[in-house]
Amino acid sequence: MCPNRQSSLAAAPELQRLLARYPPDPHALLQILRELQALQGWLAPDALGQVASELGLTLAQVQGVAGFYRFLHTRPVGAYRVLFSDNVTDRLLGSEALLADLCQRLGVVPGQLSFDGLVSVERTSCTGLCDQGPALLINHHQVLTRLDPARVAHMAELIRARVPVPQWPAAWFEVQDNIRRADVLLGAPCAPGAALTQSLARGADATLAEIKRSNLRGRGGAGFATGLKWELCRQAPGTEHIVVCNADEGEPGTFKDRVLLSRQADAVFEGMTVAAHVLGARRGFLYLRGEYRFLLEPLQAVLQRRRAEQLLGTHILGQAGFDFDIAIHVGAGAYVCGEESALIESLEGKRGTPRIRPPFPAEHGYLGHPTLVNNVETFCAVAHIAQHGGALWAGIGTPKSTGTKIHSVSGDCARPGLYEYPLGTPVSRLLADCGARDTQAVQVGGPSGVCLAADEFERRIAFEDVPTAGAFMVFDRSRDMFEVARGFAHFFAHESCGFCTPCRVGTALLVKRMDKLAGGHGSRDDLDVLFELDRLLHSTTHCGLGASACNPLRDTVLKFRPAYEQRLQSLDFEPGFDLDAELSIARRMTGRDDAAAHLENRT
Amino acid sequence: MTDDVSPTQSFSLDGDDLPFASGETILQAATRAGRYIPHLCWHPDFAAHGSCRICSVKVNGRVGAACTVQAAAGLEVESNTPEMNRQRKTLLQMLFVEGNHFCPSCEKSGNCLLQATAYQMGMEGPHFEEFYPNRPVDASHPDILLDFNRCILCELCVRASREADGKNIFAIGGHGMGTHLLVNSASGQLGDTAMSLDDRAAHICPVGVILPKRRGFVIPIGQRRFDLKPVSQQREGDAT
Ligand SMILES: Cc1cc2nc3c(=O)[nH]c(=O)nc-3n(C[C@H](O)[C@H](O)[C@H](O)COP(=O)(O)O)c2cc1C
Ligand code: SF4
Ligand code: SF4
Ligand code: FES
Repeated sequence: MCPNRQSSLAAAPELQRLLARYPPDPHALLQILRELQALQGWLAPDALGQVASELGLTLAQVQGVAGFYRFLHTRPVGAYRVLFSDNVTDRLLGSEALLADLCQRLGVVPGQLSFDGLVSVERTSCTGLCDQGPALLINHHQVLTRLDPARVAHMAELIRARVPVPQWPAAWFEVQDNIRRADVLLGAPCAPGAALTQSLARGADATLAEIKRSNLRGRGGAGFATGLKWELCRQAPGTEHIVVCNADEGEPGTFKDRVLLSRQADAVFEGMTVAAHVLGARRGFLYLRGEYRFLLEPLQAVLQRRRAEQLLGTHILGQAGFDFDIAIHVGAGAYVCGEESALIESLEGKRGTPRIRPPFPAEHGYLGHPTLVNNVETFCAVAHIAQHGGALWAGIGTPKSTGTKIHSVSGDCARPGLYEYPLGTPVSRLLADCGARDTQAVQVGGPSGVCLAADEFERRIAFEDVPTAGAFMVFDRSRDMFEVARGFAHFFAHESCGFCTPCRVGTALLVKRMDKLAGGHGSRDDLDVLFELDRLLHSTTHCGLGASACNPLRDTVLKFRPAYEQRLQSLDFEPGFDLDAELSIARRMTGRDDAAAHLENRT
Repeated sequence: MTDDVSPTQSFSLDGDDLPFASGETILQAATRAGRYIPHLCWHPDFAAHGSCRICSVKVNGRVGAACTVQAAAGLEVESNTPEMNRQRKTLLQMLFVEGNHFCPSCEKSGNCLLQATAYQMGMEGPHFEEFYPNRPVDASHPDILLDFNRCILCELCVRASREADGKNIFAIGGHGMGTHLLVNSASGQLGDTAMSLDDRAAHICPVGVILPKRRGFVIPIGQRRFDLKPVSQQREGDAT
């Protein structure tokens, strides 16, 4: 349990011990801040000042980093910080009512610290537990799954009695793998070292050739040819090369990387080590999203075992000169840090703002070194290819989209969980297998992906048809697709890094218009403005976050237009300005509380 | 940047051939040739930032920021087109509603790049609903006023203070719509920093955030830089 509100100066020895574990290096800033907060509950100004001077940074720089990440607090927070996962799938499972219930039981307002400093209850972006929601994250460490009214009631009692979270019922923290259909990646794990032995026998050049032969394309969303990326990075001049595994998995509805990290951690690390062999890299990083903090110790244990087994460290498998090790960096709640250049900034201890490209990370990445960034699933596939050869992988799927792909299935279906299929499998097959009935729509690839209506269910999931980063959210006919799109609009506005004008302001304007429609004040003109924002964001933003922020809106307006039209109050302009609402503050200040003051409807 | 402009190296800007030196971006090459591409966060003395997106152009059919896209032989760049100017106008409108811009009462009026660019793009109204953020003014410094109401987060002051002045007075904080400028002192006030009116950072702000005190309206509005000639007819680096 965090000793909350304790003065950080009183805890100075803790801070000194923490700083002593890290070199006085500004690039360690984010890790230091995260651990400091775990010790002290929040990041007090004097502690930030101490960290700044130790690392040779200005206070403002440190404040700038602390203020960027959603899980870092520069104000006192509750001893219990409850964050309800707020993906649409959690909402479908009743998260909003449970949140309201918990707040009522604890006497707190969502987003505000309770008067006694005990607890705050808020929402957070998707925690990657959509198949066992509603879920929540507590103190940025433990996750609770399969919430229901009984758990919430019991939880309120435990919080009020100040029972430390680790002493809560163990069943609440159970995270299931829910593997419903396994193919090569989710099947029986390979023996640790098997892929590495093969690649050493083959040699670096021939291993790269196998990756290219496999035609593997990256599983993180963009689908860039993995072999080509490795080759570009390998050829890039530099004093050293870096291998990074992107385990940020922030796309709402995606949870495959979480299961791979729990079940197939050896394959992930082995794929990274194969990459290190090909590139001649000595350092690797696993960038683990803050929401998956609970996986840190098990992953550290796997790394430790692999070091003992000579699969990491110096002279790997006895080969002189083959030295490589992996460090885990934990994020602190920022979806944009999944974008590879933002991820590298974050690894360097900075705000997660995407870099100007080119130069691409493959040439100029972590601390300027050529850096390879691949998704968790990509490294698993690499381990498989290194062991069994590229031809086998190329023989699965379609010619343009080889191999298998894991789908994180959630929403309105009988059997949510992970489904691995060869690429090229039609959407209808997934729907049938997961027990979806009366399906209205499927959101493939998360909010950044595409929303498919029933007449598109024969389309195939593959880079040449419907590409995906892994999410597969099912909505039956009882669901309101406008509300789905509105939830996603809020997600993008919440996660915008704030760097570029179109995304920073555009996502906020998008939310305003969608909320205006939801409030029944919409008109045709608002739809036109929404289309205008869609075109603008798509072309002018600095990174892919802003570029895809309007995708859910555009797809749903086109495919589920009645959901929008029923919200239009008039076909002409309808002002968003509400005179009564604007006057309500003045009325309250002047003490007016007669019927015409309308205070009861206003916030 | 190098100066080996070879005549064979050129790209097309709105149909005209434009020579460039290797390593130059589209905006650098255009500016050197006296061609105007609207921009706010770019300044010839500092590395490209790419945040305002006002310089967005179409390069071989795809939109990119002219300040960050490297010039390359044979590129087809479209900048002064109705489509790109319409998008720029919308981006400018976004910046106007995000902050609080009361041009008639602003000391920077007539010297403000945001205002001048909005005139250039034919912006007549805000189009979007105003955010009216609450951004208190910092008057703690004896010689310099900070009126955050107009900050467009171009980070020119951040870069100038770090690179030209070696002082690191400014940084960026927050995220999303909460992104804001930070001043480096325990109080967060400019008066508690080593900022001086002689600093480069004191004169780089393209809008009216960083203002020298006691100079108000020395040059009357109407006779100021962009009152005399529109921004498109001025050269980069002309005195403000
Ligand atoms: C806003 C944004 C978020 C992203 N999030 C992730 C992520 O969580 N995980 C991931 O692997 N890739 C993510 N990506 C894609 C990465 O930038 C990058 O393309 C990927 O990690 C490359 O790995 P791959 O080649 O193995 O696909 C994201 C991209 C953007 C624009
Ligand atoms: S598009 Fe959004 S997330 Fe990407 S750089 Fe711009 S503001 Fe940041
Ligand atoms: S204060 Fe001026 S120079 Fe600094 S970021 Fe804001 S607008 Fe740019
Ligand atoms: S001038 Fe190019 S993005 Fe600002």
